Amino acid sequence: MGFLSLDGLTKLYGDVAAVSDVHLSVAKGEFISLLGPSGCGKTTTLQMIAGLVEPTSGRIMLDGRDITHEKPDRRGLGIVFQSYALFPHMTVAQNVSFGLEMRKVPRAERDARVKQALVLVQLAALADRYPRQLSGGQRQRVAVARALVIDPPVLLLDEPLSNLDAKLREEMQFELRGIQQRIGTTTIMVTHDQGEALSMSDRVVVMEQGRIMQVDAPYRLYESPATPFISSFVGKMNRLPGVWGRSGFESNGRVLPCNGAGLTEGASAVLAIRPEKITLTSSGAGVLDGRVKARFFLGSAWFFTLETDAGLIGVSLPNAGEEPPREGDPVGLDWSKSSAKAAKPEGAQPA
Amino acid sequence: MNSARASTTPWLLAAPGALLFTALVLVPLGLTLILSFHVYDAASGVKDETTLAHYIATLSDGYFLNIFWRTLRLAALTTLICALIGAPEAYILSRMREPWRSIFLLAIIGPLLVSVVVRAFGWSMLLGPTGLVNEAFRAFGPGTVKILYTETAIVIALVHVMLPFMVIPVWTSLQKLDPMVEAAAWTLGASRFTALRRVVLPQVTMGILSGSLVVFGLSASAFAIPALLGGRRLKMAATLVYDEYMHELNWPLGAAIAILVLIINLVIMLAYQRVVEARARRTLG
Amino acid sequence: MHRNGPIALLFHTLVVGFVLAPLVVICLVAFTPANTLTLPTTHVSLRWFAAVFDHPDFVASFFNSLWVAATAATIAVVLAVAAGLALDRYDFRGRAALNALFLSPLMIPHLVLGVALLRLFALIGATGSLVWLTAGHIVVVTPYVLRLVLAALSGLDRSAEQAAVTLGASGWIVFRRITVPMILPGITGGWLLAFINSFDELTMSIFITSPATVTLPVRMYMYATESIDPMMAAVSALMIAVTAAAMLLLDRIFGLDKILVGQG
Repeated sequence: MGFLSLDGLTKLYGDVAAVSDVHLSVAKGEFISLLGPSGCGKTTTLQMIAGLVEPTSGRIMLDGRDITHEKPDRRGLGIVFQSYALFPHMTVAQNVSFGLEMRKVPRAERDARVKQALVLVQLAALADRYPRQLSGGQRQRVAVARALVIDPPVLLLDEPLSNLDAKLREEMQFELRGIQQRIGTTTIMVTHDQGEALSMSDRVVVMEQGRIMQVDAPYRLYESPATPFISSFVGKMNRLPGVWGRSGFESNGRVLPCNGAGLTEGASAVLAIRPEKITLTSSGAGVLDGRVKARFFLGSAWFFTLETDAGLIGVSLPNAGEEPPREGDPVGLDWSKSSAKAAKPEGAQPA
Repeated sequence: MNSARASTTPWLLAAPGALLFTALVLVPLGLTLILSFHVYDAASGVKDETTLAHYIATLSDGYFLNIFWRTLRLAALTTLICALIGAPEAYILSRMREPWRSIFLLAIIGPLLVSVVVRAFGWSMLLGPTGLVNEAFRAFGPGTVKILYTETAIVIALVHVMLPFMVIPVWTSLQKLDPMVEAAAWTLGASRFTALRRVVLPQVTMGILSGSLVVFGLSASAFAIPALLGGRRLKMAATLVYDEYMHELNWPLGAAIAILVLIINLVIMLAYQRVVEARARRTLG
Repeated sequence: MHRNGPIALLFHTLVVGFVLAPLVVICLVAFTPANTLTLPTTHVSLRWFAAVFDHPDFVASFFNSLWVAATAATIAVVLAVAAGLALDRYDFRGRAALNALFLSPLMIPHLVLGVALLRLFALIGATGSLVWLTAGHIVVVTPYVLRLVLAALSGLDRSAEQAAVTLGASGWIVFRRITVPMILPGITGGWLLAFINSFDELTMSIFITSPATVTLPVRMYMYATESIDPMMAAVSALMIAVTAAAMLLLDRIFGLDKILVGQG
């Protein structure tokens, strides 16, 4: 049993299950991300842990204590809201101090702890400002300080970075993770951004339609996604239709290298390979020939869309400082057997 | 989010206000409705017997019908003039630059907060036989004209009081209009007039309509303006009620007229709400 | 932004002139040294302002109005905040009816309200006290406050209240320390709007005031129907001044255009 565990947690709105039968065990000090598209139930799950939404059934245990029906003001969890939810009529210091006041912490200790928390998020100089005088990133830090100052057993982050612009978001990812590692608070973050989830978490929980689809370390999630949905939600994935022949996966009569398991000969199959696992060579030198349909420069990388006999294939190449093939150029595609995987075509999952 | 059903909390919160409003709105209206059916006798006052006589008198007697007709006519005229002035003015305001836009918007709708007695008094000074308007008439031609204590004076002052109620809804609907749509119409080859007529006007029609309903309802029940600028002879519905209550002391008759004024107003206000709802639905859908 | 043409600007000037003319004339005539309603030509005089204060009935009416308006606005705020919380936060049977009841004074002509209250007060013998007059004013001004409070409540970021709860605050503390400060502009704006509306109210008050409780607009109305001299202009100018002061305050706190436009 973990430090925080969810046991068959379910929330119904009328007949609709926002969250159904969620089981999750979080170890002390762990950073967990709940990842999924909007409406997948990740925020509802977080709100049930926070006590802001009453579960329909199931149990929430914190450090051996059943908190399923405990009032939110008694749980003592730290929460960073998506809108930050700062108190607009209080200064930064007053915002951070509020939770300590509610705990009747004596004045002197309160001041010291507020100061300490503001130092942690590098905002000590702005203690007397009002939220409207702060930038988005600074407001975010206040929200984090306010949640952490009460020494919560668990920190809950609800889409904490979604209101920041791209560059700031990247910086805050590392900073949040740094703070969390320094103070070792068990943290659960809700996000729809796979990059955020992969870079910050110890483990990622992928949710879809109210259910947990996979729980894994970021690296394993990326390399062995459990479902086609996850494989395309986390990173990009090429998906080539074909059949499982005697000599392996065949597409348009051409055998493509890949690993396959549990496939019967003659059955239709889908080959899945990530764009960055493919390299470009000269035409005829690879496992498949193609023609550049379009290319996009992304700064650190190039992204190609190639027309091949097996269909359209996306390829990502690191920017080596030289100009790669242009639109219309013939190219060869090459990849190693271990980087591609063939599987049964699954349902009607859109790629 | 917090749709706690079957809870007593909202009722406890709303109870003080609800009790007060029941006691001071619903009960008095009910009492007045009952009163309007009571027999009145000049010698002995209100009697216990009931009758429809007051309503029949009000709706058949030429004296009352004349006053009702004047009330509706002047209210309609006021509404028309308010629309003709208020809608273009709101459009002009919306095209102004800051800070002029805010300043003039306040100048136009701010007088809403000045007591109607004060405004009526101001007009009686302007329109009186020795007022500025007549001095101008004497200086530039037609000589002294009797304006005060005429229907003209009533309409002028009513337009003055009601204009903000027309400007506000038109202004609101113009605010919701993307300022670029007019420019878009120009780039597509529409003349300024065509753009105004085909693009801007349809968007503010609802604003004009809801403004018109409010102006008509308020004008038809206006008291201070006809009382101070219409004199004792030119009565409208509200001043008639006042006279029945305060001078004739025929409360049941006054109550019957008041009930009729209320019914007309409620019909107009319900129509107004329909308009507002229709507009909301259109912008949402 | 496009410019207005010369015709539009001329039209605009005429409209603004029309709107401001009676108010400007009042403020000018108030300073006349003459005995008649004329514009001051030779010099300005404060004699008519002094005359106002020599009329104890006007002074008493002014204080009546002040007391009624301040009390009615304050009680209206308390009622409206409580009712606003019920209407905004809860979904309960009868909610729509309650909402309609609270906003009904906006749909009922003040004339009818005055007549109706006159009947009630006559039946229960409630006359001669400012309390009853104030009660009537509360009913008239509460809808204005309620609308602003409801707007403030629906614009409020509920997650700030949730944040306070998760930080350990109980219901009453959340209300006092978070909710009220966050809707304070709506509350003060509503109070001022209620004050002005009550202070100016004539049509209902004229039915339910008694000689001891005459408010300033009613006093002015009675005076104006009997005699017209520059003292009326002086009183009117004072009323315009009070209203303008309240307007400026409202504008500072809330943005006057927002409140008034929200009214339509």
